[in-house]
Amino acid sequence: LPVLLLAALVAPLPLLLGGYTLSLLIVIGLHALAALGLGVLMGQAGQVSLAQGAFYGLGAYGSTVLATHAGAPPWASIPLAIAAAAAVALLLGLPAVRLGGHHLALATLGFGVIVFLVFNNETEWTGGPSGAIGIPPLALFGWTVATDRAYAYVVWSVLLAALLGVRVLLRSPTGRAFRAIAASEPAAAAVGIDVARKKLLAFVLAGALGAAAGGLYAHWLTFISPTAFGLEMSIELLVMAVLGGLGSLYGPLLGAATVTLLVEGLRSVVHVVIPGATGWVEVTVFGLILIGVLLVAPEGLAGGLAGARRRVTARRRKDTRNA
Amino acid sequence: MGPADLLQLVLSGLSVGGLYALVAVGFVTIHAVTGVINFAQGELAMAGALVAATLAGAGTPLPLAVAAGVAAGAGVGLAVDRATVWPALRRRRGGAVAEVVLILLTIGASIAIRGVALALWGSEPYALPPFTAGPPLDLAGAVVSRQTLWVLGLSAVTMVALALFFTRTQVGAALRACAMNRDAARLAAVSPARMSALAFGLSGAVAGLAGAAITPVSLATYDMGLLLGLKGFVSAVVGGLGSPAGAVVGALVLGVLESLGAGLVSSGYKDAIAFLALIAVLLVRPEGLFAVGGRLRGGWLARLRRA
Repeated sequence: LPVLLLAALVAPLPLLLGGYTLSLLIVIGLHALAALGLGVLMGQAGQVSLAQGAFYGLGAYGSTVLATHAGAPPWASIPLAIAAAAAVALLLGLPAVRLGGHHLALATLGFGVIVFLVFNNETEWTGGPSGAIGIPPLALFGWTVATDRAYAYVVWSVLLAALLGVRVLLRSPTGRAFRAIAASEPAAAAVGIDVARKKLLAFVLAGALGAAAGGLYAHWLTFISPTAFGLEMSIELLVMAVLGGLGSLYGPLLGAATVTLLVEGLRSVVHVVIPGATGWVEVTVFGLILIGVLLVAPEGLAGGLAGARRRVTARRRKDTRNA
Repeated sequence: MGPADLLQLVLSGLSVGGLYALVAVGFVTIHAVTGVINFAQGELAMAGALVAATLAGAGTPLPLAVAAGVAAGAGVGLAVDRATVWPALRRRRGGAVAEVVLILLTIGASIAIRGVALALWGSEPYALPPFTAGPPLDLAGAVVSRQTLWVLGLSAVTMVALALFFTRTQVGAALRACAMNRDAARLAAVSPARMSALAFGLSGAVAGLAGAAITPVSLATYDMGLLLGLKGFVSAVVGGLGSPAGAVVGALVLGVLESLGAGLVSSGYKDAIAFLALIAVLLVRPEGLFAVGGRLRGGWLARLRRA
């Protein structure tokens, strides 16, 4: 039901917004999609990935290469790129998930560096540091999704579908297994959960969702360059998932909206407050958010909202009793 | 490519490996005492490098500038402990802190430190003169810079000093006790909080030294910590994350591999080699190449004591 509510809430937005704000809505949708995967991996299965930006990039570049080099239509190249990214996640995850959380974190960090190098060095396929141009726009059933308004609906439909899918998954035995692993791996193993397999599943799912967002991104902008998929992106997505609230279905969406708007806000405000400021404000704020949220409110924004709702209903109950 | 060129590559690899070793030992120390993988380890080296380079640039005598770099590394290390790990561990006294939280906390610390460094120093590189001036030395046809010898020498001396500290002093024994069993250590009047601070300060100092030592070769920038930290960690894992000696060997192997890879295969993918090595090691021998006594925490300390 909350998914429907969200859909009803978002549905009129593309009609009301335009230009810059409309593109922000699309960006938030894309970030939320990528952060959703990370949310499942970190919040549910208790694993850290520093390669979500790289999977975002794999989706974008994978679909781009298929579309521009093999002539595949985007409606086919995006799913193919997602499948390829999922396969890569499987290969990377296989050795890493057998070990503790920090091994996956570092393996993914290293993987992110390698992927970034590949994007930059394989100029023939990726266009190198200056990027890939001429990516065909998305077309469905002979209808080209040309306007931002239409694209916003496409992106948010995918996001809502993904939210629904993840919701179903988390309520299944698999979702309970994820949470058991996050609570205690030995205990989860003791009750017969195949810990490595579930962690791998969460990791592959995260990679696939990241790639889906990347594919949609590439065919929206029709231009991509490696800088959008480096470690900064991975960290930004990480901050979104943590700030929104680990362990909450809607946390990543909340976090994506907050961080995206915050970054845009900082970009316009910082130059006025501190002339000549470079990217350091953004970076420092991200770091402090990460530390602050984890120390003060580990449940993030979503946890804070849920807490406030509990307090309100509790007070209302008390009021009715007193009346 | 003649044997002299090969020797050249191996020597420069060993020199880089010596630096990785200093960072790797910091990882191992913090992990043994607190159970935390400190993702900000490279940033500690960066702080040391930038402070040393700035002071030397302002006319401070070189030894003093390097000492200040070491102190800066230690100070930032302490700050990371007090601002992130310590509050997290204190909040959940008795209960375990989820590993994901500790990892994310040190990642947050590393980003914040990098941001502050960018604010203070900007993105341009800073130089530091070599520790001793003079022309490079000739070794069987290969050219060895004096700084290379400094790096190797400093690494070796630091390793020996650390080993003596852990095995021959009471504070070292307290650190080892904390690594073996925090609760038991507390019963024996060893404060885990103080030991955690000590571990962070100590690794920060060693990292700061590494940062200052590499600056004459490759300059100091605000973002140098990322790759340095990563490679230090890869070295530690290759060596088996429980053994400083293993970490040193892992670091030297990694340095040589990188140097050979860049020289013989492709320099564009030099930084990829470390991570391919990491993934390969995780796949084939997750307990590390040189782990002897299994992955029990404190295992290396026990072995050190017996030695």
